[in-house]
Amino acid sequence: MTTVINFLCAAVLAGTPFLFGTVGEIITERSGNLNLGVEGMMFMGGVAGIAGAYFYEQSAANPIGWVAAIIAVVCSFVCAALGALVYSFLTVTLRANQNVTGLSLTIFGTGFGNFFGEVLGNKAGGYVVVTGQTKEAFSVGIPGLSNIPVVGKLLFSYNFLVYLGILIAVLAAIYFSRTRSGLNLRAVGESPATADAAGINVTKMKYLATCIGGGICGIGGMYIVMVTCSGVWVHNCVNGYGWIAVALVIFATWSPRRALLGSFVFGGLSVLRYYLHLGLNMAQSQMYDVLPYIVTVIVLIVTGIRQSREHAQPASCGINYFREER
Amino acid sequence: MEHEIAISLEGICKSFGSVKANHDVSLEIRRGEVLALLGENGSGKTTLMNMLSGIYYPDEGTIKVNGEEVNIRSPKEAFELGIGMIHQHYKLVEVLTAAENITLGLKGGLTVKRRELVSDIRALTEKYGFELDPTKKIYDMSVSEKQTVEIIKVLYRGADILILDEPTAVLTPQETEKLFAILHNMRDDGKAIVIITHKLNEVMSVSDRVAILRKGEAVATVRTSETDAQTLTDLMVGRKVSLEIERPDVDFEQKDFLKVVDLTCIGAEGHKALDSVSFTLRSGEIMGVAGIAGSGQRELCEAIAGLYPVKGGAILCRSDTSSGEVRENIVGMSPTEIIKKGVAMAFVPEDRLGMGLVASMDMVDNMMLKSYKRGKGPFVDRKAPRAMAERIKDELEVVTPRVTMPVRRLSGGNVQKVLVGREIASSPKVLVVAYPVRGLDINSSYTIYDLLNQQKKKGVAVMFIGEDLDVLMALCDRIMVLCGGRVAGIVDPREVTKDEIGLMMAGERREEEVG
Repeated sequence: MTTVINFLCAAVLAGTPFLFGTVGEIITERSGNLNLGVEGMMFMGGVAGIAGAYFYEQSAANPIGWVAAIIAVVCSFVCAALGALVYSFLTVTLRANQNVTGLSLTIFGTGFGNFFGEVLGNKAGGYVVVTGQTKEAFSVGIPGLSNIPVVGKLLFSYNFLVYLGILIAVLAAIYFSRTRSGLNLRAVGESPATADAAGINVTKMKYLATCIGGGICGIGGMYIVMVTCSGVWVHNCVNGYGWIAVALVIFATWSPRRALLGSFVFGGLSVLRYYLHLGLNMAQSQMYDVLPYIVTVIVLIVTGIRQSREHAQPASCGINYFREER
Repeated sequence: MEHEIAISLEGICKSFGSVKANHDVSLEIRRGEVLALLGENGSGKTTLMNMLSGIYYPDEGTIKVNGEEVNIRSPKEAFELGIGMIHQHYKLVEVLTAAENITLGLKGGLTVKRRELVSDIRALTEKYGFELDPTKKIYDMSVSEKQTVEIIKVLYRGADILILDEPTAVLTPQETEKLFAILHNMRDDGKAIVIITHKLNEVMSVSDRVAILRKGEAVATVRTSETDAQTLTDLMVGRKVSLEIERPDVDFEQKDFLKVVDLTCIGAEGHKALDSVSFTLRSGEIMGVAGIAGSGQRELCEAIAGLYPVKGGAILCRSDTSSGEVRENIVGMSPTEIIKKGVAMAFVPEDRLGMGLVASMDMVDNMMLKSYKRGKGPFVDRKAPRAMAERIKDELEVVTPRVTMPVRRLSGGNVQKVLVGREIASSPKVLVVAYPVRGLDINSSYTIYDLLNQQKKKGVAVMFIGEDLDVLMALCDRIMVLCGGRVAGIVDPREVTKDEIGLMMAGERREEEVG
């Protein structure tokens, strides 16, 4: 019983960076931009987050953990959004190829993150690490409620970023299904020419969605640094999480609600080896790493068979819009 | 009685590079009136109207709406002036419902109030006699329903000046009548309506006034009641034109060249795209295929050409050998083998280029697509296809500076001439042409009809898949009507009326069959 609860908690904790990446990329792709730079934006967000918190701690006389945490969130969002802004400028304004631009952003962001991570480390004398108070802010659950047996552990013991991620996913779901602006954004992603003719500012929508989506991905990167790596910059820390998020978008069939499920399932699969001992040797235990991908393949097959139009990729995703091209 | 003027255009000029699309056009659009804008392809009808809907901006001239001079810089500004245009290619989001499409881009509260929206739309549809379910998704809709959504979209935005660009191109005769009735309802409600078309019979039946454009200039505006189809054609083309389509008789013995027996194909969504289709195609005849878009025409063409998987049935192709005639089942053969048997296909899809020609290659290379495999050795022979390209250019009057120009840069009509010309040049026994005059004006269309008649006289079995029933009925020897992948009947166009064919297209089966 305890093992199961521990496993579920670990799954949620491990799945949260996926959640940020997936929801961010869903918002981006809904605008018709296939941004493959999620990995890069996570690196950018990660390094900006820890840098923001670190510099605040260095400059303040009495650093407060919560302030550092909020600064980390803002910095990671802004830095990753800037990466997405470059991507938007290249693809929306200059109409560069989306795949190439996205891949470049991944390569750029990875280098950017590792470079500044090392620079910070050298400056701090070895490696960069935030104070205990900041770490505390990134690990405490909801005070009081988290002490309730079982339920408290299952529902209220997580750090604030987990709740932020869930909140963003729920808001995104409401945005797409209920609001006027969400309807307009879907139209932009499905058929920009239609949206344009209906008087929707396609360029503005694409820029906004891509930058906000990118910023959300960046928070996911910061989560990896601050929570998964406990506030220490580890070289190459994002390590493919961004790519899994891109795959999870397909798993979630572009729905923020299913992104919640997908992220936590993938989180669970990635920590399964610590909770389910099958007595495998080293080579066989690699099977644990393969599991998420097998699940993705199965989901792709199932959604492929269903062939529902609503669950398909937005029709104009990956294609740049140029009004005068008829 | 003269109606109030809604829009007046004065001395409008618009050029694209060195091409003058409109030159010194003046026109009045009145409330309570249907104005038909008539002209051939490239005569500047759509360009002129796009200046009203805010897509283009005129180089010279003034536009007055309700007597006041205006500048229309975007579709949004056009909406604000009450001008709504329904384009030829519908601008709808497939995965959204009709209601969602209608409210798209409109100002309003933060959330979409779907229930209110749906009841508003219902009120509008009842007022003018539309049939539409606002909660239906666009991808579940027929072409005519999509058009209805487009019209309601502009009405919902408060447009009282409606411009429709070739609205009937994709409708069955019955749907066209319904649309015209609705247009008349709206006219009687005091709206100004402009319909762009090059179909004379429609001009005669729907409009109150006709404005004729020729080569970008407005040549005349006449009252419909005071004119006739022949006068309008002459004005439109600029010289006397015979509106008769020839249907020459052949005097040789007609042989069954292609026999299709119980052909069944499964479509992409799992339904039967073709359901037990049987017919015989004879030498020296043109068999027309009629049906609303998506009734299996494309699948039939592709199945004959060996491009579409066949689930059941046979396609028997006759070939004469020394030991007499033999029939071979071409189902399962590769497209190359089928071409060698003498079956040629020219399919002009909606985008006019998608199938048959490679847009970025020039005429010579496109000719080579069908001949390069015949060469020996590793190098291709460019001389023969080049000569062929030159010949097609001369014979079919393809307008292009040189044959090495990429076909993408040619106008639609010329592209279609290249495609049909290449298929004919392979001297086939069976020629399948689908929509060869799609979007072409009268002159180019008649060139294509002449080509088909020549082939027929040579003894080729021609299958002509068309959209315009009037043309099918004038040109073809027999007409096969498809409805939902089934043969609704094969009729003699000399013995049936257009309405009867229209009903068959819509699903009414006709039992007795001819030929």
